[in-house]
Amino acid sequence: MSGNTDKHKEAFREEANELLTELETALLELEETPGNEELIGRVFRAMHTIKGSGAMFGFDDIAAFTHEVETVFDLVRNGKMVVTKKLIDLTLSARDQIRAMLNPDSGEPVDVVLSGEIIAAFRNFIPGRSGEKGPGDSPAVDSKAQAVDGAAAKAPEVTYRIRFRPVQDIFATGTNPLGILTEIKGLGNSRIVAQTRDIPLLGEINPEECYTYWDIILTTNQGINAVKDTCIFIEDSCELKIDVIDDGGSLDQEDSYKKLGEILIERGDLSADDLRKVLDAQKRIGEMLVSSGIVGPGQVEAALVEQKHVKGIRKERQASEAISSIRVPSDKLDRLVDLVGELVTVQARLSQFSATQKEAALVTIAEEVERLTAELRDNTMNIRMLPIGTTFSKFKRLVRDLSNELGKEIEMTTDGAETELDKTVIEKLNDPLVHLIRNSIDHGIEMPEAREAAGKPRLGTVHLSAVHSGAYVLIRIKDDGAGLDTEAIRARAIDRGLIAADAELAEKDLFALILAPGFSTARTVTNVSGRGVGMDVVKQAIDSLRGQIEISSRKGEGSTITLKLPLTLAIIEGLLVKIAEDFFVFPLSAVEECVELTREDAAKAHGRNLANVRNRIIPYIRLRERFAIGGELPAIEQIVIVGTEGSRVGFVVDNVIGEHQTVIKSLGKFYRKVEGVSGATILGDGTVALILDIPKLLKMAETDEQISFS
Amino acid sequence: MSVAGITETTQYLTFKLDEEVFALDITKVREVLDFTTVTKVPQTPEFMRGVINLRGSVVPVVDMRLKFGMSRTEKTVHTCIIIAEITIDSETAVLGALADSVQEVMDLEPDSIEPAPKIGARLNTEFIRGMGKRDSNFIMILDIDRIFSADELSIVQDAGKETAAN
Amino acid sequence: MGKKIITVDDSTSVRQMVSFTLKDAGYEVMEAVDGRDALSKLNGGQVHMVITDLNMPNLDGIGLIRELRANPNYKFTPIVMLTTESQDSKKQEGKAAGATGWIVKPFKPDQLLAVVKKVLG
Repeated sequence: MSGNTDKHKEAFREEANELLTELETALLELEETPGNEELIGRVFRAMHTIKGSGAMFGFDDIAAFTHEVETVFDLVRNGKMVVTKKLIDLTLSARDQIRAMLNPDSGEPVDVVLSGEIIAAFRNFIPGRSGEKGPGDSPAVDSKAQAVDGAAAKAPEVTYRIRFRPVQDIFATGTNPLGILTEIKGLGNSRIVAQTRDIPLLGEINPEECYTYWDIILTTNQGINAVKDTCIFIEDSCELKIDVIDDGGSLDQEDSYKKLGEILIERGDLSADDLRKVLDAQKRIGEMLVSSGIVGPGQVEAALVEQKHVKGIRKERQASEAISSIRVPSDKLDRLVDLVGELVTVQARLSQFSATQKEAALVTIAEEVERLTAELRDNTMNIRMLPIGTTFSKFKRLVRDLSNELGKEIEMTTDGAETELDKTVIEKLNDPLVHLIRNSIDHGIEMPEAREAAGKPRLGTVHLSAVHSGAYVLIRIKDDGAGLDTEAIRARAIDRGLIAADAELAEKDLFALILAPGFSTARTVTNVSGRGVGMDVVKQAIDSLRGQIEISSRKGEGSTITLKLPLTLAIIEGLLVKIAEDFFVFPLSAVEECVELTREDAAKAHGRNLANVRNRIIPYIRLRERFAIGGELPAIEQIVIVGTEGSRVGFVVDNVIGEHQTVIKSLGKFYRKVEGVSGATILGDGTVALILDIPKLLKMAETDEQISFS
Repeated sequence: MSVAGITETTQYLTFKLDEEVFALDITKVREVLDFTTVTKVPQTPEFMRGVINLRGSVVPVVDMRLKFGMSRTEKTVHTCIIIAEITIDSETAVLGALADSVQEVMDLEPDSIEPAPKIGARLNTEFIRGMGKRDSNFIMILDIDRIFSADELSIVQDAGKETAAN
Repeated sequence: MGKKIITVDDSTSVRQMVSFTLKDAGYEVMEAVDGRDALSKLNGGQVHMVITDLNMPNLDGIGLIRELRANPNYKFTPIVMLTTESQDSKKQEGKAAGATGWIVKPFKPDQLLAVVKKVLG
């Protein structure tokens, strides 16, 4: 922006110089015809513009100085003062002074004393007000207008009850009340009930008037002024009542929120007497009040919404308080995990050393340390685990808002909200999930009419579930929408040059294409999912979590996207293997079994990389070749068989060492683009072993067509 | 004649690659380690020798001789790893540089440093901040940030890809 | 295409700054040097918002607001006026004439955008 600022400054300087020239001419003419209103107007406007623009472009001194001249000419303009020769002289010297301040490089240094004298002289012109203010006044800025974007920073979440009722002819000021509601919504978590009781019958409606008012429950940390500021332009043409109904404080007792009747009384919609009368007839309070005609259904709805909202946020708060009864900054937790990681490494070294020493006492201690370390590790990892449920509830809101926006009818159901995942994983999962859910709503679920025509219920469903599966958590986003259109995907992929026109792909591989960079079907379609984020970004995010994405879909019936995510990012169970002098680690969760591969076995397959394991043919990849590692092959090699995405594939290594507690370390910037290796770990003897990226290795093999999957 | 950017007496760590003496600004050097086991990362260019364990962190090690077009560094009793802090794209990264031997820490006055000759040096002069003179010997002062600048890094990445494609 | 806004100001630098800021934020911007120029440039055509200075030759801001509100095409168009702190009475006059809101000079690009967003919804 600074380049632009300079450009703007220069533009101002040029303009101001022109104005000063014009000012001079006008002043000289004015001397001839002192009563000429047009000339007075020109002088005033020139001063006014120099002042206003000056302050805007950083010439505060000029603005402050010119302010005094402008004030005097405002009086002249309004007929409260007459033009005298003395005033003309003074204004001319003020004009020269402004020019000097404007062009500091070109002339003499600005004479501050002279400035002060001129200001004082102008003040003396003003009747009843001579020099009571210091020359330092700079033009005040309307603090309210500034507060539009400068709300209070970290403040507690407070819940407000707001009644916003614009005057009936509000539209005549060009104000759209919906804009204000949108602004309020933007402040936090809100529920809005439109009160339509005052809308007259159709025949009597004047469409240029606003009959609706709104009851809003808002939970925000922006403070009450931010709420008030939303109505700043219409503060005298609207009723804005704001009450604090929950101050965000800690809840020590079993706080249930107020009863419906109490809320209505507090809002002034109902008197205590009326309530008592109605309470005598024992029906449900809301129905009773409505049928008695004292309050409208809309008002009852608003009160019910308030009740529900506050109960909701209190429950959430209690839940979160229950989870973390001690608040710990997360970087402390990260440090703890690092330390445990190092301890695990040292412990591995101790165990390795004790095994070579054959000293019974030492072995006992080493085993003890091993047990404790494992427990410590599990407990530490556990501290970082959070239920995924909090994220789920956010998505309910998203589904609700989006389906309204698109005119679709969608219900969101969830399952497994209590499933725990590493905090970091949950945080990083938010954006991809938002995107996937948006996709389901936008492209998956059809419009209600289309659904009916297809013999489906009008109400579409998006089901979000989380479930543990070994060392992974499976998160599914399932919709009963239109499903993926395989032909459209194929056409798009060919169009984008992702596949050849005659390529034959299994359905699963075809679906996977939507994850490819440059595929995005979303970008141009609507503003709901087309926010510049394609599915490739989702894939990147999941990749960075060491997760996998699986897509299944049936046309007309819906789609399911499954995210398979590791429970934690810090420490995994690994299987340590060796090729020549190098060590590698397989994530143990992927490994199914290890079998031997003799030279005879290999020869029997006639040069193809296929092994026969209990009468099943398993394709394998020689890691030694893949990684271009030299050296002699041992007589008996080992095949590590991994199960992935429904198929089994082997990796040939020299030796399987055994299980290994793997503390994951990043390979850092220099090796960011290395494929087939996802990180490193430090072994007991202090050397570094590389962690294999199994999905990537398989993909590389697939593209090389070394093996085929069956 | 002095070199732009070098205006104060600075301390340098000198080291040898083959028979030539090089120098690094001492503020860039974190420590010097004895040679240790380096784990090769597959499908990376040869001058990227691999990674080592530096008290729990994984640090990449570069073969400076290969980088400068000499033969591969062979391990001797004098071989060591200079751990340097470099700045790439305004981020700090730690990196190990293999050297045949480390010589000394010495002061060099700005006026004893001359600009790198455009020709006659065996290595890319872009990597050299200047030539120091000590007695009758020349010392090449390296610009380590530039050696591992973003451009250079992408070469690492491309080389990785090429090998993968073969 | 973004929403269309007309900025009316006799000061080139202010107009330039407003116009630049809005264009940068994706709006389509028309410029007019005073009220009369604005009316002739608009010529009854569609505009989503008007940002006008108050002190201008020929037809000033208040006059422009009155003219626009009298035209059915602009009856509900948001109009934001640029005022200075010394013009509180002007502000009231502008509101009475039908202005939607105001921005107090001097202002920064961010403040301008906040108000535009607020008024355009």
